Amino acid sequence: MQRYLISRVIQSIFLLGGVLVVVFFMIRLTGDPASLMVSRNASEEMREAFREKMGFNRPLYVQFSDYLYGVLQGDFGNSLHFKQPAREIILERLPATFQLATIALLGAVIIAVPIGIIGGSNPGSFVDSLGRALGLLGQTIPNFWLALILILVFAVNLRWFPTFGRDSYLSVVLPAIALGLGSMGQLVRLTRSAVLEIRNDDYIRTAKSKGISQLKIGLRHIARNTSLVLISVIGVIYSYLLGGSIYIEIIFSWPGLGSLLEQAIKSRDFPLVMGITITFSFFVIFINLLTDIAYAFIDPRIRYGG
Amino acid sequence: MILQVKDLITRFYSVDGVVYALNGVNFALNAGETLAVVGESGSGKSVTMMSLLGLIPQPPGKIEGGQAFLFENDKPQDLLKLSERQVRRVRGGQIGFIFQDPISSLNPTMTIGKQIAESMIEHLSLSQSDARKRTVDLLKEVGIADADRRFDSYPHEFSGGMRQRVMIAIAVACQPRIVIADEPTTALDVTVQAQIIELIQRLQKQLGIAVIWITHDLAVVASMADRVLVMYGGTVVEDALVEDLFDNPQHPYTIGLLKAIPGATGLGEERLESIEGSPPDLLRELTSCPFAPRCQFVFDQCWAKLPPLISVTKHHRAACFYDVENEIPRKEVEHG
Amino acid sequence: MAVAQQPVSLGDDEYEEQGAWQRLAYIGRLLRRDRGGMIGSVLFVLIVLTAMFAPVIAPHDPLKQNLRAAKQPPAWTEEGTWEYPLGTDNLGRDMFSRIIYGTRVSLTVGFFGVLIACMLGLISGLVAGYRGGTIDNVLMSIINLFLAIPYLVIVVVIASILGRSLFIVILIFGITDSPLFARVTRGEVLRIRQSGYVESARSAGASNFRIQFDHILPNLIGPLITLATFEMSAMIFYEAGLGFLGLSVPPSVPSWGNMLAQGRKYLDIYPWIAIYPGIAIAITALSFNLLGDWLRDVLDPRLRRSR
Repeated sequence: MQRYLISRVIQSIFLLGGVLVVVFFMIRLTGDPASLMVSRNASEEMREAFREKMGFNRPLYVQFSDYLYGVLQGDFGNSLHFKQPAREIILERLPATFQLATIALLGAVIIAVPIGIIGGSNPGSFVDSLGRALGLLGQTIPNFWLALILILVFAVNLRWFPTFGRDSYLSVVLPAIALGLGSMGQLVRLTRSAVLEIRNDDYIRTAKSKGISQLKIGLRHIARNTSLVLISVIGVIYSYLLGGSIYIEIIFSWPGLGSLLEQAIKSRDFPLVMGITITFSFFVIFINLLTDIAYAFIDPRIRYGG
Repeated sequence: MILQVKDLITRFYSVDGVVYALNGVNFALNAGETLAVVGESGSGKSVTMMSLLGLIPQPPGKIEGGQAFLFENDKPQDLLKLSERQVRRVRGGQIGFIFQDPISSLNPTMTIGKQIAESMIEHLSLSQSDARKRTVDLLKEVGIADADRRFDSYPHEFSGGMRQRVMIAIAVACQPRIVIADEPTTALDVTVQAQIIELIQRLQKQLGIAVIWITHDLAVVASMADRVLVMYGGTVVEDALVEDLFDNPQHPYTIGLLKAIPGATGLGEERLESIEGSPPDLLRELTSCPFAPRCQFVFDQCWAKLPPLISVTKHHRAACFYDVENEIPRKEVEHG
Repeated sequence: MAVAQQPVSLGDDEYEEQGAWQRLAYIGRLLRRDRGGMIGSVLFVLIVLTAMFAPVIAPHDPLKQNLRAAKQPPAWTEEGTWEYPLGTDNLGRDMFSRIIYGTRVSLTVGFFGVLIACMLGLISGLVAGYRGGTIDNVLMSIINLFLAIPYLVIVVVIASILGRSLFIVILIFGITDSPLFARVTRGEVLRIRQSGYVESARSAGASNFRIQFDHILPNLIGPLITLATFEMSAMIFYEAGLGFLGLSVPPSVPSWGNMLAQGRKYLDIYPWIAIYPGIAIAITALSFNLLGDWLRDVLDPRLRRSR
């Protein structure tokens, strides 16, 4: 197992390096980063001065190694708009994004997994129909639209929750629902199909042939093995929720990385955009790594294997 | 007699129509004997055994008729009429199961010890520590070295043969009266097969268990069975003591089956033959002999109705209207 | 298990041996039996027809502003009229007509985006799966790299760099989505290569190209069509999301995302401007998802058997 873990860590580091390359060169897609970052009606002299200041007139590899060197020390450069280190702004916004994604994930898991397990164990039952409906709903309703509808109904009309901001514990409710619904649907579907598949596995038949009760088979054999499948799924969903919170954060003016990304894009603050993208990717890679490690510890086949 | 199955009918309601899997299966099992069940895949061997204990997936499967009496102190109880709770007491308690594929039949995320102990805790109301003690003894009994440590191993750490030993331990954990072994050696290496057969036979003698052995390997049948059921198209077509079956097969299908095996008939140098035609279409309801389309002795009566099991001698019955030996139609006397 | 030995469903061989018409008839029979697939395909046909005949169906010019008729509520409210069934937006443009024309943008992005993604993914997946070795490693690394950056983030950033045009939006989706198709293709190729019949084709002296074409492509069609259906639905979502952020097609084009962005500003006073485009997106996504679920069941022989 040690070898497996070490190779996964090395893989993750390489992946992160690749992300840095992609993000760095993405900004140069148009050929002239200065034209991206300086407002369109600026004079050619101002542009030239900007190029000089940012070092865009140096060879690309020098620029890249400079940037890489900075990032390795946790330095994403200065934000053009806020005139302070991008890292500080990002760190300040990070907790809000994590809070939103985590609450959305927990809500989705708490609701979806039991419905998926019970529904999958009793195909055609009421819970199963409910689960399938939720699954379809989660796939069909765009979260940005759901956010608007939630605001309209629960904030504007009923006034149960605030329409925007992050001021009280009530503030997180609507954004978390809007963000989590899609993932909840996905999770119901995946849980259900995992249960359906495991239910037909031969070892479940063995358990039945031993005379074990349906409930104990459900808890000891099906739920346990389903949760193994779900660990990796939940990891993927968590990283999706982190990156997918952009719309929701913007609509609810949630002070996280997503709404910061929008601001940065609007003000053409590309050092900040790059920093945010790298931060998001870092956490996606990190969560995937954690998921694999957790999986390795829980699944005996990996734990005792290679 | 400890088990008697009468006119068992099982069907599957699938997307493509009704699958007539079992069309009236009849047989009996005596205490302590080894009953081999042979037939090609789709003939209903496994479905029969799983139907008895409600192990077929329902839906799409449905048991539509018949009785299955399990005798306890000569008192019969119909397995098909038992409540879920009562059937559970029979499963694992009275009747143990050994499945074909020991790799997929064990839960990969549970230690093998727990998987064996699970059934003892359920049926014998043992405490965790007692169950562990007995499981370790049982593991030794089925030939697993270092049993105490192996209790906490996971299935993937075992070889195929050792996993099948674990499966056997599970099947006999609660000292059942019947063990149903569904092709227990098919997935194993030839060298391991003999060991597994030997182990089951030893336990059978030790514990006085009757074994129902599902197989398509007639060599295994010849070496270990007391009695043989031949199944075809979801029915039992022949039921005979093992010597009678090999020496004096009565059903044309059995005859064909034996001719297809080198040296099995004991008739000396004979050309191997295969049975022409294809297995019966189970999507149609059986109204005539299922073997009629492939049978060289077929005559009008065969198409008229499904042949019942007709007694040939005291312990030998065949579901065929034609007496192949004497080349005359058989006198139809329903079995008693 | 024993039950699987029963011919519970049409076997693979039987399926492969059928002619095209019998296969179509078989699929038609399955469709009639599956309510979800039926609803999905009927909706799908309706949506495609709507996009094709938008000028005929739409009662108004979707671009024509009429400030005197601005912000009219839908017809079934007290102040609404059937002149504008779903009301008008802040510039007095007919919501109903705009939603009908919006179908065109969404379907165009979904169709061509998936087409590009599928072509790119198919080619790279075939090469990676069939050649193996270094090429495979490099392509898989690129795929993993793409999957490590949150999809939404990368799309938003690229769109903000390259600017607003239908062509660029399609290109972005096509390229960023291709790793998914490549992964499915590569997985199928590896699976099929290990099965016997490609092996026997090779030993019979078939050239590499012929093997790919004759044996692997037909087996890829099912999984790829299924994935394409789901991805079209996903792209329609993402396009609307980009539009919502003001990063998709130019604001003058009636797209569902642009309409939502507009509606958001007037959410508390004229909520219908935001509500109806969202319903259009949801219905479209519903149609594609029902269709995709059903296609997956029908086209995947491994799944089909277990039904």
